[in-house]
Amino acid sequence: MATTTTTVPSAGPIAGSRSFLARLREGDEIARMITFLFAASVVLVTVLLVFELWRDSVLPRHKFGFNFFRTSVWDPVFDQFGALPFIYGTLLTATISLVIAVPLGIGAAIFLAELAPARISDTLEFFIDLLAAVPSVIYGILGVFIVIPLMRDYIQPGLKKSLGFLPLFQGPAYGFGFLTAGAVLAIMIIPYIISVSREVLLSVPRDQREAALSLGSTRWEATWKVVVPFARGGILGSIFLALARALGETIAVTMVIGNQPIIRASLFSSGYSIAAIIANELTEATSNLHYQSLIELGLVLFLLTFVLNGLARLLIVATSQRGAGMGHA
Amino acid sequence: MKRLAGLLLVVLAVAGVLWADSALSINGAGATFPYPMYSKWFDEYHKKNTNLQINYQSIGSGGGIKQITEGTVDFGATDGPMNDEQLKAYSDKHGSGILHFPTVLGADVPAYNIPGVSAELNFTPEALAGIFLGKITKWNDPAIAGANKGVSLPANDIVVVHRSDGSGTTYIWTDYLSKISDEWKAKVGKGTSVNWPVGLGAKGNEVVAGTIKNTPNSFGYVELIYVIQNQMAYGRVRNSSGAFIKANLASVTAAAAGAAKNMPDDFRVSITDAPGKTAYPISSFTWLLVPAKFSDATKRDAIKGFVKWMLADGQNYTEALSYAKLPQEVVTKELKALNNVQ
Repeated sequence: MATTTTTVPSAGPIAGSRSFLARLREGDEIARMITFLFAASVVLVTVLLVFELWRDSVLPRHKFGFNFFRTSVWDPVFDQFGALPFIYGTLLTATISLVIAVPLGIGAAIFLAELAPARISDTLEFFIDLLAAVPSVIYGILGVFIVIPLMRDYIQPGLKKSLGFLPLFQGPAYGFGFLTAGAVLAIMIIPYIISVSREVLLSVPRDQREAALSLGSTRWEATWKVVVPFARGGILGSIFLALARALGETIAVTMVIGNQPIIRASLFSSGYSIAAIIANELTEATSNLHYQSLIELGLVLFLLTFVLNGLARLLIVATSQRGAGMGHA
Repeated sequence: MKRLAGLLLVVLAVAGVLWADSALSINGAGATFPYPMYSKWFDEYHKKNTNLQINYQSIGSGGGIKQITEGTVDFGATDGPMNDEQLKAYSDKHGSGILHFPTVLGADVPAYNIPGVSAELNFTPEALAGIFLGKITKWNDPAIAGANKGVSLPANDIVVVHRSDGSGTTYIWTDYLSKISDEWKAKVGKGTSVNWPVGLGAKGNEVVAGTIKNTPNSFGYVELIYVIQNQMAYGRVRNSSGAFIKANLASVTAAAAGAAKNMPDDFRVSITDAPGKTAYPISSFTWLLVPAKFSDATKRDAIKGFVKWMLADGQNYTEALSYAKLPQEVVTKELKALNNVQ
């Protein structure tokens, strides 16, 4: 912030002394207008997207109104559509994936940034970037052929035995369902969390670390009590980037979630997610109400992402202010 | 630099000549189930008529109906016939009708994976409806065991698997269940996607087949071609004459022949639960959707030419790709109907 405020007054008089035409000839104005157009196009696309989703979902919005969010029957034959099981499935699988991925991802990032030798850190980073670039259908195949049999034969029976008194781990377990979808999502989003968090941790100024060490803290204390809190805003950012991916993931989820529009407390139960049902039914949706209900689900997913992203921003702003306050004290 | 520019100019000129000479191209879209057959046909037909290029996008039956109604393609294709509402939507928009032309036949088969059971199981219509309604939940239920004397079925829970994506395969299966079970008809009905009472949803024939292979005690329906290609075990189904019939190309064609006598003039017919001693009961046509009126006479003649060829020579390519061919009665009737395309 400080650097920009000092450059503006000095740049002001110079810019003002040149006429608009001169600036145009020198290219400054052209560059400004073109880049402005590029920036504006992002807003334009977002607005158009919402407008299209809104316009194309007029039938179910009028017919079901708010009941669309409260009912859980999805029946294309008798034209009854309710979004609740899909919203539930989307939020639940995203939550499971974060519960698994956040500790693993941040732990790995701390190791790579603070504790590992640079050569190992850079090599591993290469593999992590590679994982982040793997297409999601590959993760879906991994889910179907590796995660599902593992879940069915080992993990779910194990959980049933040890934690079966909780409603979360009861009922028949076929390997498909919320838990498997959450696990596959976790595998997919861990690279994002590691990669971004590692960069943030590496960018923490050296003197923060050295000050803590010179005050007599151990290496771990310096990492955990000084470096990680300093990087908290960026780490949270990485988690929300991962959350956005988990909410919108389509193909990998539909391959392992079981695709049943039901709401169950058990994580072993199959379910459905918003993105999955849109991908499954849009191409063959023949009645207008069915088609438009799927579009309305798209709108719901957009709003869900929008709200969660908004909350994320607030959280980051709140925590980074607190961090800054601590820094001054 | 100059030489490069010259070279580019030559390339452009050649491309331009080829472009100007390029063939008449016709675009279609729709059903995925007959796609391997269609792409083979369009390829063979192009070899014989090099000035005609037919492009087909397998985007699903619903998409095919939508695109032909919008007028963005020259013909459509579907696994389930268009309903009256859709026909009306088409004629309201275009001022003329659309015609269905059956091309080949497909069938759904009950596939299962029961550890320790290698016998080919028999299924009664009641057993199939009961399993999919969630009323029959164990493999040793009398409704299943009664038709399979001598096979020892386990007391395990049946894991039902169905398609999660909208599909013609699902349409055929639910159309059949609606015919043989009043309860299914009232509670669930037929469609490319339905509200399933029980079962896991898997995306696409391949994943349904894979899920059944990997999940002990599972049961589901798969398109015949996929079980043939994957060499999976599948069961016989009791037809309307009381015989247990295994699905194969002959028994599927027999179902079409059984239904051909009562074939309506618009070919919008369901042949599930068809009469005939050797007819396999869960069979279906798949259709091309051709507008009754073309504004472009060249396109009209090209499409009519193709349909004529498809009904004659084209039928010889079907069995190599595991599709059942049309019975002769249907072919004769279609040739007559082709005159209505103007």
